[in-house]
Amino acid sequence: MKFKVNYKEVFASAGGQSFDKNKPVIIFVHGSGLSHVTWVLQTRYFAFHGYSVLAIDLPGHGYSEGPSLTSMEEMGDWIAEVIDVSGIKEASLVGHSQGCLIAMETASRYPEKVKCLSLMGGGGAIPMNPELLNLAENGEAKAVDLMMDWAHGPAGHFGGHPVPGLHHINIGGTIVHNGSVKDALGVDFRACDNYKNGFEAAKKIKCPTLNILGEFDRMIPVTEGKKLADSIVDSKVVIIPECGHMILLEKADQALAILKKFIKANHPTK
Amino acid sequence: MDPKTYKFDTLSLHGGHQPDKNFGSRAVPIYQTTSYVFQDTDHAAALFNLEQGGHIYSRISNPTVAVLEERVAALEGGTGAVATASGQSSVFLTIMTLVNSGDHIVSSSQLYGGTVNLLRLTLLRFGIETTFVKPRDTEGFKKAIKPNTKLVFGEIIGNPGLEIMDVPEVATIAHDAGVPLVIDATFNTPYLCRPFDFGADIVIHSLTKWMCGHGTSMGGILVEGGKFDWTQNNKFLTMTEPYPGYHGLSFAEEFGPMAFAMRARAEGMRDFGPCMSPTNAFNILQGIETLSVRMDKHLFNTKKMLEYLSNHEGVEWVAHPDLSDHPDHKVAKKILPKGAGSIIAFGVKGGRAAGESFINAVKLASNLANVGDSKTLVIHPASTTHSQMDSETMKLAGLSEDMIRFSVGIENIEDIISDFDNGFRAAKKPRLVTNQ
Repeated sequence: MKFKVNYKEVFASAGGQSFDKNKPVIIFVHGSGLSHVTWVLQTRYFAFHGYSVLAIDLPGHGYSEGPSLTSMEEMGDWIAEVIDVSGIKEASLVGHSQGCLIAMETASRYPEKVKCLSLMGGGGAIPMNPELLNLAENGEAKAVDLMMDWAHGPAGHFGGHPVPGLHHINIGGTIVHNGSVKDALGVDFRACDNYKNGFEAAKKIKCPTLNILGEFDRMIPVTEGKKLADSIVDSKVVIIPECGHMILLEKADQALAILKKFIKANHPTK
Repeated sequence: MDPKTYKFDTLSLHGGHQPDKNFGSRAVPIYQTTSYVFQDTDHAAALFNLEQGGHIYSRISNPTVAVLEERVAALEGGTGAVATASGQSSVFLTIMTLVNSGDHIVSSSQLYGGTVNLLRLTLLRFGIETTFVKPRDTEGFKKAIKPNTKLVFGEIIGNPGLEIMDVPEVATIAHDAGVPLVIDATFNTPYLCRPFDFGADIVIHSLTKWMCGHGTSMGGILVEGGKFDWTQNNKFLTMTEPYPGYHGLSFAEEFGPMAFAMRARAEGMRDFGPCMSPTNAFNILQGIETLSVRMDKHLFNTKKMLEYLSNHEGVEWVAHPDLSDHPDHKVAKKILPKGAGSIIAFGVKGGRAAGESFINAVKLASNLANVGDSKTLVIHPASTTHSQMDSETMKLAGLSEDMIRFSVGIENIEDIISDFDNGFRAAKKPRLVTNQ
């Protein structure tokens, strides 16, 4: 579905159902350079089980009009505006990687709008390797290859996509390439590197929060994820074994099962 | 700083598979089962509605076949793949996933005979028309595209004439018209060329050939590149419109760069059902494990046989894109830098009768209707693989009466040459040898 925020067109997948603002709403926020497509193995379940979902494409990503936003604070405000223009008072947020930082900003700045918060690979900061940042800002394909290498655990490097016949690393890389390495990934990486407010934002989050971490995540190691969770008042951590940073795809079924339990408990359907 | 993702030879052995968690099986297990037990009714419903990934019924997917699909997707650089019972059913599934009655296809004229018949005759019965263009006539592809054209189709290395399609140029023409380029890459395998790197959008293989490599198992596969934007125009309603077969699912919207593979499986495998057997998938996986090693030997022997045939007095002509006098030598060097495959076409002096004597005299080389076996194969296309064509279509397909199609095997090169020496002796004195 398409709608407008600040006069710019936004695309969000409603998980194959019509958006109904009278149902509890879950907003899914993707990671750096990616798009709503990464959430397909979570969104369709919720959309067909009593929820309305919005897997948004951030500005300048997927089918949403650009330009990309340049700071987590700005993106956090933007999610709050998505909630407003959707005609709802509150939503549950689910973020992945950079999407976690964005969702944390929204939850800390607009606590009344966030029912519960689910993070996948959530850390308090995502400092970037200077060479990788430089490659992405220059639109180099190598930045995508490096990102896909580091982001994936064994399922990405060897195999075992939950959907028969699909290939993790090539899908992730293609999503980034189908957008813009320079104007989406590069801008996102710079925003991640600049962001220093993660732990301060975490302290202000009052809603129930879950951080799902991958045992083999090299981008947000388990220790970093736990450190973030320790800064949030009402938080839980679940560690998925043998999983890298692309938790939502690498271990899609386990991630969905954990999300189902958490969201149904904290944001139940009527 | 370089990515540490696995390279081609490693992916050939490991892609798509991790040792089994229950028993530690290092080899890919053969899941010889039709169906899969659901955890509960909620799980079953989620699988049927594509809310979760997983296996339901082996017509639609199977764990052994899925390893093969993921491995070939890894080798090709694709987002996903669907394996089928044969290469021919992969061609059919690709077309039927994108094309409707009243639509049009532009295709290279130099194709496997079965594909020519499918496009020229069979699909016409369903209201799908094809315009054929010589693969070297790049401008011809542009001229042939109509408003109702849905895809451009071709083989990189034409069968059996070995014409080379300039994939980057044809891809640009297809994309300018808003349609995908579909490439049958059977003759090159991803070891020699990954068509996605040159602009193709969907790649098809007959896995029966070099990928399996041992002449044991039939199989085909379609692989999605993931870069084609199905939403750019209103041509691809199967990708963009809500599909009643899955509660109004829009494949392009939900699945993005894997939309085509998802639709081909969800609709095509469900409704047409050309599934690959798990045992065939296992056999083909075994073949792929040694693909790079075998292809290097195929190329080595091909080079030696080209030298031999080019200098043999009994040979009327030799065609292979690696030969400098081949009309497509330059483009072959561009897109097939390691070598243009291990099929050689040649004419035996003395015409059809001499050619038949040659084929009947060779003993190491097998006379059969296949290519890409590890064993050396020969065939006379005019009387076999392309025999169902009328003379005009044969001419269009680049066939001649004296042509022998030679699939170079990986035997010791001296033994292949010795066998061919016998063949040429027989061709020179057909009656004498035939009577021995």
